[in-house]
Amino acid sequence: MKFQIYIQKHTTQITWTTAALIVAGFLSKYLINSTVFYQIFLAVASIIAVIPIAIHAYQAIRAKVISIEFLVTVAVVGAFIIGEYNESAIVTFLFLFGNFLEQKTLSKTRESIKSLTEMAPTTAEIVQSDGSIEEVDIDDVDEGDIVLVKTGAAIPVDGVVVEGNGYADEAAVTGESREVNKSLDDEVFSGTMLSDGFLKIKATKVGDDTTFAKIVELVEDAQDTKSHAEKFIDRFSQFYTPAVLLIALAVFIFSRDFKLAITVLVLGCPGALVIGAPVSNVAGIGNGAKRGILIKGGEVMDTFAKIDTFVFDKTGTLTKGSTSVSATKRYNDDFKQTLALTAKVETLSDHPLGRAIMQYADDQKIDYRNLAIRDNQTVKGQGIIAKIEDHQVLVGNMKLMTAHQVMISEQQRADLTELQGTGSSVVIVAIDDQIAATFGVSDVIRPEVAEELAALKAGGAKHLVMLTGDNQVTANYVAQQLGIDEVHAELLPDQKVEYVKQFQDQGRHVAFVGDGINDSPSLATADIGIAMGSGTDVAIETSDVVLMQSSFAALVHAYKLAKKTVLNTRENVTIAIAVVAFLLIGLIAGFIYMASGMFVHEASILVVIFNAMRLINFGKKNDAKLAPEVVHG
Amino acid sequence: MNKKVILQLDALTCPSCLTKIETAVKAEPGVGEVKVLFNAGKVKADIDDQVTSAEKLSDVVTKLGYEVEKVKVKDL
Repeated sequence: MKFQIYIQKHTTQITWTTAALIVAGFLSKYLINSTVFYQIFLAVASIIAVIPIAIHAYQAIRAKVISIEFLVTVAVVGAFIIGEYNESAIVTFLFLFGNFLEQKTLSKTRESIKSLTEMAPTTAEIVQSDGSIEEVDIDDVDEGDIVLVKTGAAIPVDGVVVEGNGYADEAAVTGESREVNKSLDDEVFSGTMLSDGFLKIKATKVGDDTTFAKIVELVEDAQDTKSHAEKFIDRFSQFYTPAVLLIALAVFIFSRDFKLAITVLVLGCPGALVIGAPVSNVAGIGNGAKRGILIKGGEVMDTFAKIDTFVFDKTGTLTKGSTSVSATKRYNDDFKQTLALTAKVETLSDHPLGRAIMQYADDQKIDYRNLAIRDNQTVKGQGIIAKIEDHQVLVGNMKLMTAHQVMISEQQRADLTELQGTGSSVVIVAIDDQIAATFGVSDVIRPEVAEELAALKAGGAKHLVMLTGDNQVTANYVAQQLGIDEVHAELLPDQKVEYVKQFQDQGRHVAFVGDGINDSPSLATADIGIAMGSGTDVAIETSDVVLMQSSFAALVHAYKLAKKTVLNTRENVTIAIAVVAFLLIGLIAGFIYMASGMFVHEASILVVIFNAMRLINFGKKNDAKLAPEVVHG
Repeated sequence: MNKKVILQLDALTCPSCLTKIETAVKAEPGVGEVKVLFNAGKVKADIDDQVTSAEKLSDVVTKLGYEVEKVKVKDL
């Protein structure tokens, strides 16, 4: 056992020794004309080089797998028996050297993931109850522990700041390298770097539960989630290697040509075919991961590349997500009270419109937080009904008012139409069954979106659709601004799913782009669910593609990357098949033997890896676009 | 199956190593689902800790000739 491990650890040295022996052999043949030395050198080279290969072959046989190494070992032993030392030496050397290069180049394609995992800190400094500091292994940190992080260190847990101030670089979880200010009560994430300052953090998630650990796990799994092509090749190669063995045997039985038979063994190695597809996916997924784009595996890559319809959920996706109150219409004398009651109701919701109104109330220095809510009920797709102090308050849309028989005057109706015409979302407030006010809340359309949507179309998207819970007028306004082809407004979450299904029935390949919070059903139903701009657990789990930053440039990059990766996979499979055909013709025509066959075989493996490596740098020149937007507080 | 064992190996380079490791680990008694991540160089296996242990699996993999760099055990 020790011997096996020793050999495996020193395979590189063995490779170089073999090379030196082969060179020595040829030198003695041509310089001092000694065929004896030539034979001895090459025989020794063969014996040394075949050992690591044979060990692998043996281990595989024990696991009931006929591996490529087994084919090579049989071929080399065969060549050795008939005294073809030069063939056996060169074949083994090329095989080992090929593996060595494969290892080097493969690790290049995996680099982006490796650099990701290396960002994870291995120790943490815990603040003890007596104030002293103890450094512990990262696995020993518990939720609730207070962790100290100093300038230049990586934050070891997900948590909230309890003391201190600083700037964190959150590239590890958002894909965008920018400094975000962190102070009391701010959330911080494991794997991000504290580039300046000093923080004490109360751990809320540790170890494998942190967002960062989830991302790493997801990407690792993704790289090994096989595409259909890969699964097919896997199945194929399971039968392929034994088949090659049988064919070689048949060749020997019928032709009685031992050399031809062992040549078949070497040529039969499925190398480039096996490695070609996975290596493209690894490089493609790695490219995305580096930019905060998580694509969950080869199959997702395939499907994503076929997408022709993108469906967007408006709230927060196409718009800036930072909404603000842009207009108010007042219908009673005490606007302050109306605003206070409305803001209080909105504390019950997490809706962006609600946040805008709370912000507005805060700005007006209205004190609403101490009001008492006696009773409340949320009506999906309509709004909220609440009893505050002794008032019955309705906050929501037209549907809510109609459902509760609140009368709306001609003037109020005209005001509504006017507000909606400006692209605002409208929140209607009724207090004790009287309309008290309406708030126009505008979603600021993201400036770069129109341009990026055009790029998406140029990249191959045929239909851009917006499904939204907002009213028709607002939806139309936004769609028109952005160049969206089809709009469906005033929808409930399950109606959005219906639309997605309808598009699929029409034979379209649908991607649903949402924020991953309210639209899980649509994300799951669509061929590809894309969660945008949030690293929340739900988003990571329910979607197929996660864009860590809320950027349309990332969406465009992901789409183009998927297409490019699928094309790259196809190229690799084509190269591999062409090589097999070439070797077969060469064998029949008689210009390919063992050593040259092994050379072509190893060369083809490197060609497919190099081809895949082109994906690593895909889109590099556009990276400026993925750079930070405006930093919000 | 009550524990999940994660073994971090050296980089894997041949796709056939994958089948080899998977078959060998699966053959151990008390082992449920086994997943070998080729690119991450990880083996993930569900085990019953009454029957087998992380050390045992680590041993199996080492015997196949792959160095185990790190062992992690989680509750399922």
